[in-house]
Amino acid sequence: MAQTIAEKIISSHCGKTVKAGDFVIASVDVTAVQDGTGPLTVRELKDAGFTKLANPARTVLFIDHASPSPRKELSNSHMLLRDFAKSTGAILSETGEGVCHELLAEKYVNPGEILIGADSHTCTAGALGAFGTGMGSTDVAVGMALGQTWLKVPASFKIYLTGKFARGVYAKDLILHLIGLIGADGATYKALEFCGPAAQDMDMSERLTLANMAVEAGAKAGLFFTDDKTKAYLAERGRGDKFKLIKPDEGAFYEKTISIDVSSLKPTVSCPHTVDNVTTVEQLKDVKINQVFIGTCTNGRIEDLRIAAQILKGKKVKPEVRTLIVPSSRDVLLKALEEGLIEIFVQAGASVCAPGCGPCVGVHGGILGDGEVCLSTQNRNFRGRMGNTESKIYLASPATAAYSALKGFIADPREAFKQGD
Amino acid sequence: MKGTAWKFGDDISTDLIAPGRLFHLRGNLPEFAKHVLEDADPSFASKVQAGDFVVAGKNFGLGSSREHAPQIIKIAGVSAVLAKSFARIFFRNAINIGLPLVECDTSLIAQGDKLEVDIKRGFVKNLTSGKEIKITPMPDVMLKILNEGGLMAHIKKHGKFDLV
Repeated sequence: MAQTIAEKIISSHCGKTVKAGDFVIASVDVTAVQDGTGPLTVRELKDAGFTKLANPARTVLFIDHASPSPRKELSNSHMLLRDFAKSTGAILSETGEGVCHELLAEKYVNPGEILIGADSHTCTAGALGAFGTGMGSTDVAVGMALGQTWLKVPASFKIYLTGKFARGVYAKDLILHLIGLIGADGATYKALEFCGPAAQDMDMSERLTLANMAVEAGAKAGLFFTDDKTKAYLAERGRGDKFKLIKPDEGAFYEKTISIDVSSLKPTVSCPHTVDNVTTVEQLKDVKINQVFIGTCTNGRIEDLRIAAQILKGKKVKPEVRTLIVPSSRDVLLKALEEGLIEIFVQAGASVCAPGCGPCVGVHGGILGDGEVCLSTQNRNFRGRMGNTESKIYLASPATAAYSALKGFIADPREAFKQGD
Repeated sequence: MKGTAWKFGDDISTDLIAPGRLFHLRGNLPEFAKHVLEDADPSFASKVQAGDFVVAGKNFGLGSSREHAPQIIKIAGVSAVLAKSFARIFFRNAINIGLPLVECDTSLIAQGDKLEVDIKRGFVKNLTSGKEIKITPMPDVMLKILNEGGLMAHIKKHGKFDLV
């Protein structure tokens, strides 16, 4: 039977050939929680009397959502995670190491594996050809204890990508456009499988951006094939031997095919308060902004910071636009230091904060005031997301965010390149 | 189950159910439950009665995987959430912690209507309008988890998954 990527990976984890719609008990390779969801997982395991984990060396607890901790209750939650890691042998990822999804890709998850994480953006790992999916604290607690989970094998949508991005247009613009097409619940219970020549052209950073936001269309996973780029990404991080060829079978059944010529895309923005409320930058007239945030598991990688630095170099952000830049991991921060990007940001008047989720979750470090507007490279703009229901969040690419910081309103980054910058 | 309907719209996110600004209350769920759905309806948490129903439009619970969202709905005394559709992670989370979810045509329910919900027999009766509303049946796997009191209770009972 010809299989999709989702069907193949799940088949290899339950000892039989499965098809979309089947219910299975599958083994899991990696389990993960973060500091918002992990404490509940730990309490569940303790209450149920589980003191041993199925696979502690591949169980990771991340302190990233409220890090550094802004208040004592959260510091106490962090202590709970540290103690649990110590007593079980699980891996602890400390304050400042970075966002869980970035680190799972950099260090912990390999092609063909199943990852369950107590964070909705666990689908990010799909960029590596891994079946990563978000669940809640209890599902992940059981996964940690038994090394298994139950899954309904998802049907897949084929997202067939052709063409080349115009200057100033990026993977982020594509995924916002795609979510606008599908709708916030248009792919609920499905897997998105990206393919086509434009997907092959994409570097790993772009693939991670696409896979990351699959859940914003309701999807269970956002999956890529693997190739030489995947291999090089793993090799650079000392995991070259973990490479595995992942691709769908010819003739696999896709419930729907969506074809997009990426050369037709323009800089795209999600407007408040839903991710599928999408328009192009040119349609937005004079949207003044108070804060720009460049970072997160969606767009806080070195490739993203390079784009932002290219636009901000030698310029000053508008004094009325607080510009926050948060590298997605310690490695990204180190590279940005080496390449002189951090100096460019600081000289431009931006604030650079410690690797982590930053202001995306509305817990600390950039909470908006009443009536304020933020333009962010994050993946979600729900009302109240950044800590204040009376504020507004627009989502865009790092280029749009950086150029808008210079202008004071949401502005078209293609202008930055026209000027020969 | 009998109770009163509290009506909400489409796309009620976990940020509206269990806001990130109250992250520090995640370790104190009874306190957190005093703020449940506050950003969607500020009066809800103080007025909801034990046994009442949350009734919403499509894609209820989209967004973050925070299980605290269904937890605090349950702790607030809500006996079930009825919606046209649910986001995937919220669906799993609610069943895992033993909060019943009912997928049905909620446009036939208005704020304050008295409802009778029978998941086993697959119907919702709007006692105010007299109309009966069909329920989209839940997959057997999830029904079994729900009937056994949630996922952890299921695992404790069987010592392993006993679902398929």
